[in-house]
Amino acid sequence: MAKTYKELMEEARQIVPEVAIDEVKNRIERGENWTLLDVREREEYREGHLDGALSLPRGFLEMRVEEAVPDKSTPIIAYCAGGIRSLIAARTLKELGYEKVTSMSGGYTSWKNAGYKWVADRQFTQEQITRYARHFTLPEVGEKGQAKLMDAKVLCIGAGGLGSPVAFYLAAAGVGTIGIIDNDTVDMSNLQRQILHTNDRVGMPKVESAQKTLNALNPDVKVIPLNERLSSENVMRIIKDYDIVINGCDNFPTRYLINDACVMAKKPLVDGSIFQFEGQATVFYPDRGPCYRCLFPEPPPPGAAPSCAEAGVLGVLPGLVGCMQALEAMKLILGAGKPLIGRMMHFDTLSSEVRVLKLRRDPNCLVCGDHPKITELIDYEEFCGLRTAHSA
Amino acid sequence: MGARVRIPTPLRRFTGGAEEVSADGVTIAAVVDNLEQRHPGLKERLCDEAGKVRRFVNIFVNGDDIRFLNNLETTIKDGDEVSIVPAIAGG
Repeated sequence: MAKTYKELMEEARQIVPEVAIDEVKNRIERGENWTLLDVREREEYREGHLDGALSLPRGFLEMRVEEAVPDKSTPIIAYCAGGIRSLIAARTLKELGYEKVTSMSGGYTSWKNAGYKWVADRQFTQEQITRYARHFTLPEVGEKGQAKLMDAKVLCIGAGGLGSPVAFYLAAAGVGTIGIIDNDTVDMSNLQRQILHTNDRVGMPKVESAQKTLNALNPDVKVIPLNERLSSENVMRIIKDYDIVINGCDNFPTRYLINDACVMAKKPLVDGSIFQFEGQATVFYPDRGPCYRCLFPEPPPPGAAPSCAEAGVLGVLPGLVGCMQALEAMKLILGAGKPLIGRMMHFDTLSSEVRVLKLRRDPNCLVCGDHPKITELIDYEEFCGLRTAHSA
Repeated sequence: MGARVRIPTPLRRFTGGAEEVSADGVTIAAVVDNLEQRHPGLKERLCDEAGKVRRFVNIFVNGDDIRFLNNLETTIKDGDEVSIVPAIAGG
């Protein structure tokens, strides 16, 4: 015989114990191991929910719950907005064999009105939901990951060959704040590989050109152009505002400067360098792996290592290495996968060979070793032999 | 005993452009000496006057840095891959 709604609810109450919001709060505070299951619609969940609650809309409950909560002895507190949907949902869970299921009476509305702790996920605009749709689909990113990307602050050293793909892809991915430091202007000879810049911007400061390109791609991103040369005087002030530093500079003094500053400020440094047909990429993460000096304690003497301007560089090469750096930065932000810490990817493009080399922290390293001797920034031009100690 | 030695781009002018050459020796030191015989000028790029590996060059055997193995005395088996990885600065 068909049941009325009232009968159905009464029946559910016979089967499913209800629990008041105060009791739920007590259980959480006692650290009891209840799984909170929010059965409201996605949009309702997004606007606010109990901390740590799993979102499983009523309509998808039967289909997805066994994947979300595989162990049927898991104690579950289901809740909705007012306590009705969760009661019916809890009954269904019982039928599916979940042993210890309760429904929170009064629901989220009572919980919130009582002033109990709730959290809201990032609210995405319709445009963002569309723009980042492919990220939302990935379990490793999802809405939480996209929110992390949007909250992340990344500093690109250089808006050149490496900085171009790095900043381009990070902006596309929705990294919220991208600082770019470079004191150079766009030169026609840059355009063979520095894809942030365009023909009509020759002569323009690179950081200005970068900002135009990045905001044209994604206006959501806050681009901070820093039209200055990184130095021992400004580096600590600049990097303190960022979570991750990405190295795309083109000279040894700056490489040692950034390394030392990142070790001292404990900032992860996503490193990349290129020469002709060859590239290197790795992540130097203070306290978690080696630093640049562990790998290369001293720079080559001036003249021994010609620059790209002198020796040339294949146009696509910085794209390859820069994309690797962007990828590693994304992984660090998302906390996904295994970062390239203590490993270096070495690209030999002519032979199409990629090698992963093991790097180790040197306990005797002057900067990050057990007894560091360099504890403040030095004169890096002098250290690299580009200037004598007493010259201006 | 012979190793395959990967030559980085900046040093290929010593190997006639070859990206990989073979060299004999049971230790890295012997391999480097043999490289010098076959490709004069190479050793000076890898080692300083005292014969130690330069501080801006790393030598890896099958992906492991010799500084954390036995340095120049690291032993080489037939067919091992030796990679020379110098510091490069381009960006």
